[in-house]
Amino acid sequence: MAKLILSMDGLVLKEFTLSKERTTIGRKAHNDIQIDNLAVSGEHAVVVTILSDSFLEDLGSTNGTLVNGQTVKKHFLQNNDVIELGKYKLKFVSDGPVQTKAADFEKTMILRPGALRPQPPAPTPAPAPAAPGAVKPAAAPGAAPVAPPAAPAPAPRVAPPVAPQRAGVLQLLSGSNAGRQLDLTKPLTTLGKPGVQVAVITRRPQGFFITHVEGANFPIVNGKTLDSQAHALGDHDVIEIAGVKMEFFFKT
Amino acid sequence: MLEVASATDPGMVRSNNEDSIASDASRGLAVLADGMGGYNAGEVASGIATTVITTEMQQLLDQNPPYAIDESTGKAVAEKLLRNQVSRANTSIYQAAQSQPQYAGMGTTLVVALYYDNKVAVAHVGDSRLYRFRDDQLEQITRDHSLLQEQIDSGLLTKEQAKLSANKNLVTRALGIDPTVETEIHEYETKVGDIYLLCSDGLCDMVSDEDIGMALQTLGANLKLCVHQLVQMANDNGGRDNVSVILIRVLREFPAPRGVLSKVLGWLR
Repeated sequence: MAKLILSMDGLVLKEFTLSKERTTIGRKAHNDIQIDNLAVSGEHAVVVTILSDSFLEDLGSTNGTLVNGQTVKKHFLQNNDVIELGKYKLKFVSDGPVQTKAADFEKTMILRPGALRPQPPAPTPAPAPAAPGAVKPAAAPGAAPVAPPAAPAPAPRVAPPVAPQRAGVLQLLSGSNAGRQLDLTKPLTTLGKPGVQVAVITRRPQGFFITHVEGANFPIVNGKTLDSQAHALGDHDVIEIAGVKMEFFFKT
Repeated sequence: MLEVASATDPGMVRSNNEDSIASDASRGLAVLADGMGGYNAGEVASGIATTVITTEMQQLLDQNPPYAIDESTGKAVAEKLLRNQVSRANTSIYQAAQSQPQYAGMGTTLVVALYYDNKVAVAHVGDSRLYRFRDDQLEQITRDHSLLQEQIDSGLLTKEQAKLSANKNLVTRALGIDPTVETEIHEYETKVGDIYLLCSDGLCDMVSDEDIGMALQTLGANLKLCVHQLVQMANDNGGRDNVSVILIRVLREFPAPRGVLSKVLGWLR
């Protein structure tokens, strides 16, 4: 669960867990986070927490609310945001479940109407409670959604190691634009003439690949005609498409 | 009249694929479902949805022309067919979930496209989407039934902020969860050259609309390659969920067959 850490002049005073849907901040005693200082309004601000997301809203305070140095009326809190009320600071720390348990947490779940607010049981006959491993109706009032248990024996495909991407360049060797260079910065770059012969170079984490798109003739790389499969490009490969030769190389 | 290419992939993290897709180009039908539920219940739910809807629609379309006007509603028969078959799939999943303990709580999101008479009828439940690519512009046609979309609609979040939200995965409607389901159905005119994209959230959560548009623009000439590229882009960006894509291109006009007689009757009316 996310929390707010109250501090003044770099001195940590207290920690508050955002366990409620509305956490109020102000000078008066009935606030969830009471800051007894005249620069703070009686009802200064509120943090609304909806499952894993928290929103800060200024309640028309006299001296205003700042987030990371900017005055805000309403703000979608992100991890490590610093809220300022007068001399006091509240640091927002989210528990970041998405990063740690991505596979479980991102499973699509159904959210039943009214699940966010405490409500008497639905008048219609309630469906049987979810069995272990089934989809949970998203939340008991105020509680975080429970992720279903992990699938049995997951055998995830290993993502290829992402090497620091080297910039690729294409230099035309023949035709009217011979000598011209083209930086391959886009995820997809098409080459050739539509209706005659078109190929595409895709920029991927693993490198650059050339694939045939349309036309009767397939691209030629280093004198060899390709098939319909994607072909990984190596440094200084010579490509021929629609009669135009070009060289691919990595920028050094 | 239509060219269809599709692919479904478990992605880079999940070991099983809970998505399910089906299409029938000759009848102008495409169905995509993204199941949820523990173990393999999600697959069961999405599988029931695509199978029930495809087989039932294939039979019904042969007997009931979708362009005919339904007298009780004053709308095209297509809408009624879709509503009834989505409802039927909902009942099948709901009953399976109620009777088999291992399937309790399973459900699925759904998007169905039915092409007839130069139109497309789109039915959807949950966060599976339909996009249209026309005149080099990508446009999202369906609106998710999700917490995030509701927050955007109510002004709590902007579209930009929504990308940062941790509540991406919460749908407010799904098939198989309740005895009845509320299906959203709309009808749109089609144009020759349009490309329609049906996808599960595994694509649109991992690949920006801008990059999806670029793939359609550069590879639209080769739908098979384009489908492959979209799945690959989702996986290159982390592939955290199952990815399913169906692309449909309108090759030529497909007006409903209207004889001279019906035209005359049309004038007289």
